[in-house]
Amino acid sequence: MGARTVLHDADITRALRRIAHEIVESRRGDGRLVLLGIPTRGRVLAERICRIIDEFEPGIAEWGSLDVTMYRDDLARSATRMPAPTVIPPGGIDEAIVVLVDDVLYSGRTIRAALDAIVDHGRPRAVRLAVLVDRGHRELPIRADFVGKNIPSATSERVSVRLRDTDGVEEVTIEA
Amino acid sequence: MKHLLSTRDLDRTTAVSILDLAEDMAHTADREVKKLPALRGRTVVNLFFEDSTRTRLSFESAAKRLSADVITFSAKGSSVSKGESLKDTAQTLAAMGADAIVVRHHDSGAAHQLAHAGWIDAAVLNAGDGTHEHPTQALLDAYTLRARRFGAGARGRGLEGLRVAIVGDILHSRVARSNVWLLQTLGAEVHLVAPRTLQPHGLRSWPVTVHEHLDDVLHLPLDAVMMLRIQTERMKAAFFPSAREYAREWGFTAERLAQLGPDTMVMHPGPMNRGLEISSAAADSSRSTVLDQVTNGVSIRMAVLYLLVSGTAGEPA
Amino acid sequence: MNGLVIRGASLLGGHRADVRVRDGVIAAVGTLSPELDERMIDAQGLIALPGLVDLHTHLREPGGEASETVLTGTQAAAAGGFTAVHAMANTSPVADSAGVVEQVQRLGERHGYATVRPIGAVTVGLAGEQLAEIGAMARSSAAVRVFSDDGFCVHDPLLMRRALEYVATFGGVIAQHAQEPRLTEGAQMNESELSGELGLTGWPAVAEEAIIARDVLLAQHVGARLHVCHVSTAGSVEVVRWAKSRGIAVTAEVTPHHLLLTEELARGYDPHFKVNPPLRSDDDVRALRDALADGTIDIVATDHAPHPDEAKQCTWAEAANGMVGLESALSVVQLAMVDTGLLDWAGVARVLSTTPADIGRLEGYDTPLEVGAPAHLTLVEPESRRMWSTEHLRGRSTNTPYAGRELPGRIVHTIHGGIVTVHDGELVDQETVAALAREAHRG
Repeated sequence: MGARTVLHDADITRALRRIAHEIVESRRGDGRLVLLGIPTRGRVLAERICRIIDEFEPGIAEWGSLDVTMYRDDLARSATRMPAPTVIPPGGIDEAIVVLVDDVLYSGRTIRAALDAIVDHGRPRAVRLAVLVDRGHRELPIRADFVGKNIPSATSERVSVRLRDTDGVEEVTIEA
Repeated sequence: MKHLLSTRDLDRTTAVSILDLAEDMAHTADREVKKLPALRGRTVVNLFFEDSTRTRLSFESAAKRLSADVITFSAKGSSVSKGESLKDTAQTLAAMGADAIVVRHHDSGAAHQLAHAGWIDAAVLNAGDGTHEHPTQALLDAYTLRARRFGAGARGRGLEGLRVAIVGDILHSRVARSNVWLLQTLGAEVHLVAPRTLQPHGLRSWPVTVHEHLDDVLHLPLDAVMMLRIQTERMKAAFFPSAREYAREWGFTAERLAQLGPDTMVMHPGPMNRGLEISSAAADSSRSTVLDQVTNGVSIRMAVLYLLVSGTAGEPA
Repeated sequence: MNGLVIRGASLLGGHRADVRVRDGVIAAVGTLSPELDERMIDAQGLIALPGLVDLHTHLREPGGEASETVLTGTQAAAAGGFTAVHAMANTSPVADSAGVVEQVQRLGERHGYATVRPIGAVTVGLAGEQLAEIGAMARSSAAVRVFSDDGFCVHDPLLMRRALEYVATFGGVIAQHAQEPRLTEGAQMNESELSGELGLTGWPAVAEEAIIARDVLLAQHVGARLHVCHVSTAGSVEVVRWAKSRGIAVTAEVTPHHLLLTEELARGYDPHFKVNPPLRSDDDVRALRDALADGTIDIVATDHAPHPDEAKQCTWAEAANGMVGLESALSVVQLAMVDTGLLDWAGVARVLSTTPADIGRLEGYDTPLEVGAPAHLTLVEPESRRMWSTEHLRGRSTNTPYAGRELPGRIVHTIHGGIVTVHDGELVDQETVAALAREAHRG
């Protein structure tokens, strides 16, 4: 029926600020942080979180994007998908703390693919996961380290994240 | 995209997305693990009725970098040279589980028949059929042009505003045909140079400007001159009197090289006949993109294999 | 032989009448009451034509029996309404001697489906070097009157001159396959914008036209008859028209496929459309249709060319040239000429029966459907519409270009010298026809 808004503009901003602080807090020692967003919206979020980190701790974080299309486990089962660019910051990911950033965590398969992609690019010191929304229903043993909001949902429901940069509005909705 | 048989079938959007995807594929060379798992468990068969080590290796390399299993079947010394028909060969390979067949054949239309005769179900990639088409060559040529001209800003762009001259045996060249259609789709201006004996009938109805002397195009500001390989056997069928005269009239001599603008690229699909259609001076100059074309060939072929083999048949998601 | 009455057929598309056939001859035409021992064929709604005569068929026997035999070829002919076929000489061995032509003619006689008139080769082995024993073939029991190296052109000008003169000595005619070999080496399809685009070596129209131009002038110079096989270009039509206007004794044929199909069909590289001479342009098709209507082209001849599956299931360049055409000929001519108003059924009888028989000096076809004439007839249902497929073929090979196309007209009955070879759309069985043929020869 109708879509219900669970996060408004201001909620999203607050959530990203909190995640940015949590990421910096969890960093032990002087490890380099590399935020890799999963296109399309994960990439937008990675950039925003990185800019926020730059406000209070300049120079410790870089951001990029990690496309996981080629690593999906369902490539053979659906129509061909066109990948988006993968851009790794010039310093690479070896020995860095990589934080994967995505908008919604659901089955966990996208993140599984992202882990495989990371391994082919180098060997980070650690890999963490930040998501704006965790909607439950994991199919693989994957969990997020930093979560904007937990939104319990039924599998029949549709959780949508819309961002200014990609969709013109800022909101997270859930609809039946 | 179910098959890639000719560049005539590609619209601008699809062509540009293939070039962009090839850019992504090219970046795998910078990674620790230079492979992608996208075609893991899939089988790509190289069916080469015509000898061609370079193209065959390029396709093999591309398939392997996508983690596909590769089987190469070349005609010499095989059951094909013992008279097995194209149909039987194709069906045998399909029965062995080929997901895609990369085919090079000396007869025009062979790839089209493999794709449409109803003998097999696999995706078909034309690696050169007679004098008809060689679509991945044209794609890698376009990619090379775009990358050299626009560098980091190449993504998403076509070839609008570029002017390219293609010189040589147009009549017998599948590279020329594939390039003409693709360059036109991508918005480039195309000039063809050939003596009348080497012009296909009806050339003037193609979307190109036709010249009969190479010197006529050199004064135009050109982004690239693409030289086509000349086969000396053509002399016997009276297409031109001698190699000497051909080189003098239509060969890319050092003198002609000197007349080019500073940014004009010299391209050649290879293998080159040094001293015939292209002088060593031109082949070895900094303008030459010949080696780039080889590198780019693998990226383009990775992109095309990915589009044809991954996913179920049909239009991209 | 018992008699047969055909009731209510429209003779040559004109008035309806009954036709009585007795002892292999047309015994009566008019309003007839059937007699006690007579079979009755109800021909209401059918058009009666004289038995069709093909001046250009490949029966493949001897040597090519995998594709066709005299039996299967004449069965295909009967299914198409033909009662006589001229069998081209490019067999193995070549029909360049009395022995081979007599063998082919006897086979036709024995099977009984159609009269087989062997065509003799012009040169020994079709090699284009030495004249074949034309006299021996003419005097043989096969009484050869048409000579052709079809498949190959008699390209040497001196040899063509001598052949024209020599064949004339025996009352025969040379049927020339007009194709200058040096201009068509490795040729695959019509030379045009399309051939340039498809990367297939072109077969230029001039290679046909130049030979016809030379040959009509030679025929004029030596006072001989010339027949031109499968004319395929507008330019060739003009040359023939010019020659006839000068009183040169030239006749010309066109195939059904050249009246309907164009080179566009080569786009899919399907070798079912590969033929020699190749399919040409729309303009050529139009010119050929007009020429057939106005008599510049005298006849339709099928150039029925059977090939085994493997010769058409390969790349275009590897494929054999040719299409089968006996069963579909009348339907295609109806589609291209009658349904377009260019030719009426009387005209069809002229181009598919009387004139080809005349050129081949074949007796018995000059007074079609008249009392006293040999009983060679075919009855066709013009309103019928069929989606053509290999199901409609009766020969041994299946290389038809019309599969999936709707064709009009259906042969319902064919009668060859009083013997019913096709009844109610079905081929009469081999034993029955052969027995009736034996009986007819004894009588």
